[in-house]
Amino acid sequence: MGDIKGLIHSTESFGAADGPGIRFIVFTQGCRMRCRFCHNPDTWSIEGDGTCTEMTAKEVLDKALRYRSYWKKDGGITVSGGEPLLQIDFLLDLFRLAKEQGVSTCIDTAGNPFTREEPFFSKFRQLMEVTDLLLLDIKEIDPERHKNITGFDNANILDMARYLSDIGKPVWIRHVLVPGLSDFDEDLDALAEFIGTLSNVQKVEVLPYHTLGKFKWENLGLKYSLEDTAPPSAERIDNAQRILGAGKYAEK
Amino acid sequence: MANFEQWEGFKGNIWREEINTRDFIQNNYTPYDGDESFLAGPTEATDKLWGKLQQLQKEERAKGGVLDMDTHIVSGITSHEPGYIDPELKDLEKIVGLQTDKPLKRAFMPFGGIKMAEEACTTYGYTPDPMLHKIFTEYHKTHNQGVFDAYTPEMRAVRKNKIITGLPDTYGRGRIVGDYRRIALYGIDRLVEAKQDDLANCGNGKMRDSIIRQREELSDQIRALKQMKVMAASYGCDISKPAANAREAVQWTYFGYLAAIKTQNGAAMSIGRISTFLDIYIKRDIDRGILTEQEAQELIDHLVLKLRMVKFARIPSYNELFSGDPVWATLSIGGKGQDGRSMVTKNDFRFLHTLENMGPAPEPNMTVLYCDKLPEAFRRYAAAISVRTSSVQYENDDVMRPVWGDDYAICCCVSATQTGKEMQFFGARANLAKCLMYAINGGVDAKTKVQVGPKYRPITSEYLDYDEVMQKYDDMMTWLASVYVHTLNLIHYMHDKYNYEAAEMALIDTNVRRTFATGIAGFSHVVDSLSAIKYAKVKTIRDENGIVVDFETEGDFPRYGNDDDRADDIAVWLLGTFLKKLKQCHTYRDSEPTTSILTITSNVVYGKATSSLPDGRKAGEPLSPGANPSYGAEKNGLLASLNSVAKLPYEWALDGISNTQTINPDALGHTEEEQVTNLVNILDGYFEKGAHHLNVNVFGKEKLIDAMEHPEKEEYANFTIRVSGYAVKFIDLTKEQQMDVISRTCHATM
Repeated sequence: MGDIKGLIHSTESFGAADGPGIRFIVFTQGCRMRCRFCHNPDTWSIEGDGTCTEMTAKEVLDKALRYRSYWKKDGGITVSGGEPLLQIDFLLDLFRLAKEQGVSTCIDTAGNPFTREEPFFSKFRQLMEVTDLLLLDIKEIDPERHKNITGFDNANILDMARYLSDIGKPVWIRHVLVPGLSDFDEDLDALAEFIGTLSNVQKVEVLPYHTLGKFKWENLGLKYSLEDTAPPSAERIDNAQRILGAGKYAEK
Repeated sequence: MANFEQWEGFKGNIWREEINTRDFIQNNYTPYDGDESFLAGPTEATDKLWGKLQQLQKEERAKGGVLDMDTHIVSGITSHEPGYIDPELKDLEKIVGLQTDKPLKRAFMPFGGIKMAEEACTTYGYTPDPMLHKIFTEYHKTHNQGVFDAYTPEMRAVRKNKIITGLPDTYGRGRIVGDYRRIALYGIDRLVEAKQDDLANCGNGKMRDSIIRQREELSDQIRALKQMKVMAASYGCDISKPAANAREAVQWTYFGYLAAIKTQNGAAMSIGRISTFLDIYIKRDIDRGILTEQEAQELIDHLVLKLRMVKFARIPSYNELFSGDPVWATLSIGGKGQDGRSMVTKNDFRFLHTLENMGPAPEPNMTVLYCDKLPEAFRRYAAAISVRTSSVQYENDDVMRPVWGDDYAICCCVSATQTGKEMQFFGARANLAKCLMYAINGGVDAKTKVQVGPKYRPITSEYLDYDEVMQKYDDMMTWLASVYVHTLNLIHYMHDKYNYEAAEMALIDTNVRRTFATGIAGFSHVVDSLSAIKYAKVKTIRDENGIVVDFETEGDFPRYGNDDDRADDIAVWLLGTFLKKLKQCHTYRDSEPTTSILTITSNVVYGKATSSLPDGRKAGEPLSPGANPSYGAEKNGLLASLNSVAKLPYEWALDGISNTQTINPDALGHTEEEQVTNLVNILDGYFEKGAHHLNVNVFGKEKLIDAMEHPEKEEYANFTIRVSGYAVKFIDLTKEQQMDVISRTCHATM
């Protein structure tokens, strides 16, 4: 432990929207999914570019602990990305160290790397022992539409959700609401039904699509395919929240 | 032992024997740790009066910023007939008294300087009485005249070249807070008696000039007290005896403040720390069954209405420094006592509640003396008001209480003085960024090309060497600190002589402690520039005469505002070094030198006079305000920025370290409850680290841009934002300052 370096895109000292309370957010570099609405495409590249930093778990935790006085009872650290599970060895190091210090740990993931095959699965099980909460993004419940949005199938992601339910690990389910891509009543119904079969859901969050990340696509010379897509209307947001029962899952 | 029937039910003895408001408060207040559910909404009278005032404010804006001006009467405590918000609604006003005979009519105040008083009139199309000109040029001297009679050529040069800037030589120094509560507690007669006793015991056998001055000042104070009685009588109130009930207590206190703002147009005219004191009277009346919560709230609402109406006639150059017509009617609430009890009372809630009953407003400058030991319900309520109105600032009671005790008040934007025991000599700012350029250029001003500072050897190398720059900067700061303090000594000598604050000083102990409040401008830019010189390569660019006017900086360097000790250590060094140099100088009337890092909105004007700097800031661009990190420097988010500022020791900057942060509501939390919880945690965490001050804005950039483009929209009429050290209606800022506010970091999430 301690030798593995994480490839870190950036850190943010003040995160109040990714998990409970005020959190130190670690954005890891690298993601395989290619979500068409992604607001952080600069975190896609697995190798990263010159602006990424290699840091050990201890270095990251030391940096985070400078903000401990703001965390109080709910706050802590959240690893987001990119896709944190692509750097599971680093994540395991980081969370083990964090737990030694009594720090709340949270992963913001889309679940794409999840598999029950080895060596991943054993590591994942160990990781869950030192993880307090997962924010699990389900981009679409419909496999075809999921593929259209992300380039990948969602079977393993739903499997991960089931596994987490089986072991009773708390999750917040998140759904990014994009008009024309992931805002269909029949899919929202199906997603709600799926969530209803899980026993570990503390909260369901509907994240309305926004265009603040568009400039990053342009900076990277990528074509943004949602040029004509506007953020969802307040009615559609309400609708999704109602169907998914956003208020129903009280925090435990 | 003195005793008045008005004191029935009050406990304690010392305050009866001597003038001692603090002792009265400590013996009689009732801490409140409940929530806001007891609060009452506005009465019909409040709605009517506030409606009328908003209408007047609209007319004022339509007329270019001034509704009416006095051009004939020299303002004094008794100069004007009584005035009311609306003569027809006169009976609805629970708390009465205006600066002049009409609402929002600005008084003529020539003692600071006749030229400025006249210019203020002519700017807005008013013609002052020519006789006043004759009187104050031929027969009577003013503060401004005195200062310029005595200035040395060097002082004129540093002033003209704006390395020392914003000096109170063309406006009142302000920042003196009378203990206005004394009038309510003791009545004028008892206060006169005490001052007469001081006069009788002043100058025992040795008639030095300090004694002569003291005797003259005491007589002025006694005269002011007697005039307050006359002024109050014109409103039908007899304030010779103590206040008998809550309404009188609020009214008597306000009369004291009114006397101050009728005689002084200081840059800051704080009302002080009055909430806990007044709660004692309100609670006594409620317990007696002669006052309801609704009526109590109405008293506070009507007092606050009056504080929202304070106006002074200002000249354009003043408005550039302090944009948006602020008066710093600063009101301090909350805080903890020396004995560990919270001093939060129901009345602290009532004052915050005025921002709901009458909507957001920049005045009074609502200041919460904050610490994490205050009741959670109060901290949450204050945070909720911040989230809804962006009209509140927070100051760390845990760092101030050890220095100033538990009865201090904020006397300007952020700086503390003990109520009734201290006064402050306000001293604007020294531009340390320009000083760095003087060090590089051997005392030549890169903007004006004039030899302003001493002709030390300039730096001649192409690339700047850190050690060489530091040596020269140290020398130049020594010079700057000395000419700065000398200039202030002279200004305050003349202010005492020609524009003495008799009304405020009458409500402060005769044996007063004086602080000498200096300030620093350009702080973050000096830190980043020195860091650039140390950690990157800084190449000089010279004009045809060899004067360095710009820089090319190659490579990356740590910047203040990222919780990076490499930069933050330079910040701490800079503050400590400048303070040390100030302390080497003799300060007027044996005052104690302090310093501050708070530039108010003057960062824009100061920036105009400052050339390009090694940190990449270009000539003329605004400096960052107060102790804020530079624009675009913060790369690690809000808390990293807060941690950097928190490293500056408050004890080295007792005059205040101002920090203004804007948080996008979405970034603060999904629901108001989350936003409130997170804001409380931010405040607790920041102040736990020993930080001094935080201005909190909760809104997004989009709202600012929309308000700038559509100031006519109803929703923006009272849209209030916190700027460095005060609150202001956004639409009252100059376009330049609006742009400056918009360009500052807004903490949002992606």
